[in-house]
Amino acid sequence: MTLLAEIQKLDTPNVEFSTILPVLLLLGGAVLLLVIGSFLPKRSKTPWHATFTLVTAGAAIISSVVLWFRVRDDGAIRALGDTVRIDGITVFLTIVIAAGVILTALLTDGYLRRERLEGPEAYVLLLLSASGGVIMASANDLVVLFLGLEILSIAVYVLAGLHIRRARSGEAAIKYFVLGAFSSAFLLYGIALVYGATGSTNLTAIQSFLARNILTNNVGLLAGFAFLLVGLGFKVAAVPFHSWAPDVYDGSPSPVVAYMASGVKTAGFAGLIRVFVYGFETSQADWRPIVAVLVVLTMVIGSVLMVSQTNVKRMLAYSSISHAGFILLGIDAATDRGVSAMLFYLATYTFTVAGSFGIATVVGRAGDNSHTVDQYRGLAKRSPFLAFCFMILLLAQAGVPLTTGFVAKFMVLGSAVDVGRYWLALVGMVSAVISAYAYLRFVLAMYGEDSEEGAPKRYKVPVGAKIAISASVIVTLVFGFYPSPLLQASRTAAPIASAAPQPTAAAQP
Amino acid sequence: MSAAILASEAQAAGVSFPILTFLVVTPAIGAAMVALVNNRRPEIAKQVAVLFGMATAALSIGVLALFKTGVAGYQLVEHARWIKEPQISWALGIDGISLWLVVLTGILFPISMLGASPHENEKPYYAWLLLLEAGCLGTFVAKDLFLFFIMFEIVLVPMYFLISGWGYDDRKYAANKFFLFTMFGSAFMLVGILATAYLHAKGGPVTFDLQTLAEHQGVIAKTTARWLFLSFAIAFAVKVPLFPFHTWLPDAHTQAPTAGSVILAGVLLKLGTYGYLRFGLYLFPEAAVWAAPAMVTLGVIGITYGAICAAMQKDLKRIVAYSSVAHLGFIALGTFSLTTQGISGSVFQMVAHGISTGALFLLVGMIYERRHTRAIAALKGLQKPAPIFAAFFTIVTMSSIGLPGLNGFVGEFVILQGSFLTRRWWTAVAVMGVILAALYLLWAYQRVFHGMPDEDNASFAELKFTEGLALAPLLLIIVFMGVYPKPIFDRMEPSVTHLVQHIEEHTDYREPGVARKGPEVVPVSERHSEEASGQTHADEHGDATENGEGGH
Repeated sequence: MTLLAEIQKLDTPNVEFSTILPVLLLLGGAVLLLVIGSFLPKRSKTPWHATFTLVTAGAAIISSVVLWFRVRDDGAIRALGDTVRIDGITVFLTIVIAAGVILTALLTDGYLRRERLEGPEAYVLLLLSASGGVIMASANDLVVLFLGLEILSIAVYVLAGLHIRRARSGEAAIKYFVLGAFSSAFLLYGIALVYGATGSTNLTAIQSFLARNILTNNVGLLAGFAFLLVGLGFKVAAVPFHSWAPDVYDGSPSPVVAYMASGVKTAGFAGLIRVFVYGFETSQADWRPIVAVLVVLTMVIGSVLMVSQTNVKRMLAYSSISHAGFILLGIDAATDRGVSAMLFYLATYTFTVAGSFGIATVVGRAGDNSHTVDQYRGLAKRSPFLAFCFMILLLAQAGVPLTTGFVAKFMVLGSAVDVGRYWLALVGMVSAVISAYAYLRFVLAMYGEDSEEGAPKRYKVPVGAKIAISASVIVTLVFGFYPSPLLQASRTAAPIASAAPQPTAAAQP
Repeated sequence: MSAAILASEAQAAGVSFPILTFLVVTPAIGAAMVALVNNRRPEIAKQVAVLFGMATAALSIGVLALFKTGVAGYQLVEHARWIKEPQISWALGIDGISLWLVVLTGILFPISMLGASPHENEKPYYAWLLLLEAGCLGTFVAKDLFLFFIMFEIVLVPMYFLISGWGYDDRKYAANKFFLFTMFGSAFMLVGILATAYLHAKGGPVTFDLQTLAEHQGVIAKTTARWLFLSFAIAFAVKVPLFPFHTWLPDAHTQAPTAGSVILAGVLLKLGTYGYLRFGLYLFPEAAVWAAPAMVTLGVIGITYGAICAAMQKDLKRIVAYSSVAHLGFIALGTFSLTTQGISGSVFQMVAHGISTGALFLLVGMIYERRHTRAIAALKGLQKPAPIFAAFFTIVTMSSIGLPGLNGFVGEFVILQGSFLTRRWWTAVAVMGVILAALYLLWAYQRVFHGMPDEDNASFAELKFTEGLALAPLLLIIVFMGVYPKPIFDRMEPSVTHLVQHIEEHTDYREPGVARKGPEVVPVSERHSEEASGQTHADEHGDATENGEGGH
């Protein structure tokens, strides 16, 4: 009898499938595509695989929208034995990641046809990776976070080496894999240390433990913070954990990079929000100074190194490093305002960066090798559409007003100023000016210079790429002019600790 | 509750014709229309652009007509919520200070379109120019810090493309320098704007409304306000440009296409001086009084340094560019003299400088069109083949020098009159600048127009009718402003007086009584009782007398 009772206690938690529907859809879609893919013709005029991916990601968005209203009205949902927490941030970032998948899939179709690489595997990996990202965004347990991170990363390692006939693609994959595995080890060790210090891997439990107790010896905990920061910092390419980014961005297939810079980055920041802003909320005094240092390094080094780049993908890589610094400002602020600014930044940056790499995909031409600034000289005359779109996206990344890039920067800097980090905001703006110079060089090359000899007279822009690029530009401009709805959504999503058991003053020792 | 107030305000504003919104939006629509012109018929682009430029000019004259003289505060106010939290609004308004800058912008743009044409790629050129106009007008009528910053920054993009796309040989360098300098300045301002709004909110709802922030002084600590003032001041100092930040200006002016130079000197530089009035003096009165000695010094350095540099130039356009540095120094001097006259003179001088320097750049552009050089050494005796052209040039040059009867004189005179009350020694040095201006401009004029023309210059073409048509309104304005400046001063005066009162209200600074009421006369009997009333009274006037004493 007693044994039976024990077993009952160990019973698996009740799974409320509706709460994790987006993950299930993405995962199920990936598996299904793998199965269907073996029946479909590998090469076909109709883009079956891409369409399937779009539908799956679209379904994930729709299911998220349903969840959005539920979460908004009833507060955060804790599911699967409190290992998963569905709140505004989860749903918001799920939609952002799915949007990244859609943009990437649109770009990938044309790319695979051009490079003669058709097949379902790219899409399968993309969906798998996205499901990992969504798991990270909904994790309320460090182990679940790690699970999500690995699902996300391993798929992207393979994606980086997708171009089997291009040695640099393989090189990028190996580099990304080795360094990524290394950083995962850091993350895992950090989890172990935090578990050792707090006795739990559950973030809610960690939060309330840290609120109620003062550790007599917190070396383990601090080391845990540091290792977690290294592991997640690697994923978002924060300096000094950034060195992989330029090489991997340069070598990987361009549409995959669009996903790396949008989806993977979003998932990484989701993890940072979960772990630091939420889990370690009460230890802000310990980790905020470290994050502030990361912010400064990331913004400044990203911008400065960007200036000397002549390869568009490397330039965009450093640009995305610099943007990571700006987004980290929100982590450093560690307020609702900061988180909501981050959400807005991630949502809009997904579009600007995916669009930018979309243009790099098209201009890269067969072989995916034409990425130097020379290829962009005089682009305005050869392809006004691409040049105009790239100009808008670059100006947005430079933070020119009436684009989303400006509003995003305005919001994160506002959150920094709000908590009294004036000097951080100032460093941010100065590095924005430095990076503006780098963006301008490309704009000037496209509009102010004559084409190189032998440059193609016109570019064949696949329909998918055209849609993705146009959508990016439209989002960049529309929300740049009228950011209110998106800001409103990010503000609704941001309050993170509202549904968590607040440590009451009386409970504290 | 505040939302309800905003809504009702918006409703009240919505009843009348939102002329300021139309003023800002019309050129922007024009830019879009120009961009949509069929590629096969580029000549239409200019016509569409001029049409929209004229329509905007008409609207700006309409604003002038609707403006009520004698009202100090904002008029024609419009308010529509743009972003809810933080509170950011499409808030527009105009007062006596911005009115004339709006009119100047409205007039100068169509003239610059008519007076100079690009030789290639007309469509984007006119589209950028119209977009630039929208940005400039938006900056002058914005009543919300966020909106102001957006407009202030957006101006950079079209100007950057105008310089880099249609400029002269070294245009890329000049365009980059222009963009980076200005953006560097704005970087500080953005942080300043954010800090002002967030500090002012003190955890409550954040607003970027200029009036709310300016009228509630004392929320932000004194030292903090000084830092914030500096963050704004750097941005404007780059834009004006004041002395150590001026190096972008000669390059940008020289390399920009003619219309670009006209707008750059005529309107863009005024964004900075206007910014000092609106966001320096109005938003941070205490800090402005604190910084006034430094700012005045920079202004005076600008006057003399700009004049000396101008005298040394070999390129006609560079002379005009450096003369701008000098003239803008006067405006800084007048602004930070903190007297009614000084500020009124500054606003007047902003318009006067816009008109006369705009005309000068147009004329220099016409010389370049004919001779393909701007080097003074290559030009000689142009008066002989082109007497009318020379006459136009003379009048504009005289206006820039500050010949009585033309607009430059009125502005400089009133500025010096105002600054003399609080800054005697600075004024004494600044007066030297007037003499230097006569030196470098007349000397340049003499070298270019006098003497016997050599072979190349003998065939210099006379002023064409269309060119004359573009210049004529500017000349008329130059003379009108010089002979009868009263209507201009009348409209700006209440606002300027209000600004000075605002400064007095929030600081220890007191404007010397002479500035408003004329020399103070104290009857002998009262004099004794005043002395007896003791130290407090003397303290109150401390600033003014202290400054005045410098001159004794």
